[in-house]
Amino acid sequence: MTDDRAVEDLLRTLAPQVLGLLVRRHGQFDRCEDAVQEALLAAATQWPGQGVPDNPRAWLLTVATRRLTDEWRSERARRDREVAVALREPAYAGVAPAADAEPTVTDADDTLTLLFLCCHPALAPSAQVALTLRAVGGLNTAQIARAHLVPEATMSQRIRRAKQRIEAAGARFGMPAPGEREERLRTVLRVLYLIFNEGYTASSGPDLHRVELTGEAIRLARVLHGLLPGDGEVAGLLALMLLTDAHRAARVGPDGELVPLAEQDRTRWDRTDIAAGIALITEALTWSPPGPYQLQAAIAAVHAEAPTAAATDWPQIAALYRLLARIAPNPMVTLNQAVAVAMVDGPRAGLALLAPLDTDERTAGHHRLAAVRAHLLELAGEIGAARDAYLAAARGTTSLPEQRYLELRAARLAAQR
Amino acid sequence: MKYMLLIWNRPGFTEELTERERTALFGEVDEIMKELTESGELVGGQALADPSQTRTVRLAGGHPEVVDGPFMESKEQFAGYLTVDCDRPQRAAEIAARWPDVRFGGALEVRPIMDEAGTEM
Repeated sequence: MTDDRAVEDLLRTLAPQVLGLLVRRHGQFDRCEDAVQEALLAAATQWPGQGVPDNPRAWLLTVATRRLTDEWRSERARRDREVAVALREPAYAGVAPAADAEPTVTDADDTLTLLFLCCHPALAPSAQVALTLRAVGGLNTAQIARAHLVPEATMSQRIRRAKQRIEAAGARFGMPAPGEREERLRTVLRVLYLIFNEGYTASSGPDLHRVELTGEAIRLARVLHGLLPGDGEVAGLLALMLLTDAHRAARVGPDGELVPLAEQDRTRWDRTDIAAGIALITEALTWSPPGPYQLQAAIAAVHAEAPTAAATDWPQIAALYRLLARIAPNPMVTLNQAVAVAMVDGPRAGLALLAPLDTDERTAGHHRLAAVRAHLLELAGEIGAARDAYLAAARGTTSLPEQRYLELRAARLAAQR
Repeated sequence: MKYMLLIWNRPGFTEELTERERTALFGEVDEIMKELTESGELVGGQALADPSQTRTVRLAGGHPEVVDGPFMESKEQFAGYLTVDCDRPQRAAEIAARWPDVRFGGALEVRPIMDEAGTEM
């Protein structure tokens, strides 16, 4: 018996490599992707019991290629019965990996190309996420559907539609044009961060069958960092994910309630992740111009270095937010900046920063704005107004744990009055 | 983001339609459902039986009491729902706007569904 977990890890690493090879050889991303999924399924069924073959990649390639040729054969038979066409069926098993046939292209190139393809601008974010998880992450449709709490048929259709869109957009299996590459890489980072945040769940009673999207996002970010070690933002995103995920054990209380950063038991933070995250971001900032992910990671690193919430270096955090607001202006950044400024210059200064957000259509009426305002009003001792703001935030959120948390804060203030 | 589209209409309004109108109405519903299925946005949905089949449970004298009939004595009743997963809230409203019951005096409520996930505050 081979360890199931090891088999799964191996399959997920090989998935984009096999798919890349297949698409380069045959074109037809859509069909190749389906064929690889079938090969992965066959492997997941057989390998744990029968053992992993000597050349697992060649095995997957053979099975996937057979699926493709079977399909073509039946199609062709249907289309023109008169002409007998002998289809070449390459036998890869047991021989050298087929990548040798195309020595100039590496598996790393293929994985990166696939990531770029799955994050094609013709796709909506939800489609980019689904396709990335399947084609690059090697997850099956059922796993992706469960992680998003939608029926498998819905997810299957979403993935099919995404692949059709990519083909309709005339996308080829290759790197985007040099002028588009940078923009596409930003999209890839956004998609990975989206996957991370989707999985960043604070609910209690973990569903054992629910795929860990957070872990998958970190795995993919790690792969990307391995492919592009010279990109500071890729390093920044990976660091940010590690530093955020390090709070996992501390951010939910015994009854499944959200525990805010300031009240978390810091002895429960994952020190290995923190050390890795800090090392990554510190190193990246020595040679890379600071981008948004790097700055957010740097902020997370400052929090991580504080032994207690009271010992937090708020002036440093406020300065980093100022920089972030300058290079990537965004009202959500201003919200966080206001908290840092309040910790340095007092709650009034923080509240003053919030005022313009009331007229910004991206934040006006947003529950996050109300929640931050509530917190700052509480610090300012304006208990009644703070309570109203907490309740407004609780009504505005669509997250159950957040709603519970905000209602609890409001209730505590009511008891104080 | 998931939304539930709550369909409210006047019970039995379809009985007053001509055959042609009825065919058109059900055809429109089929078409929307087909589109949502193909786009991967449809999460689920159910139609409810006539309100006359309803039983309502509410507190009476300190105990739950079961009575025949719907909770609200209004002209419009809750007739069914549709759950969709959309990229934008505007898209959910767009789907609702096309639902044919609206044309016949009904209404659709578009309500966000609460998520089990939450972020640190």
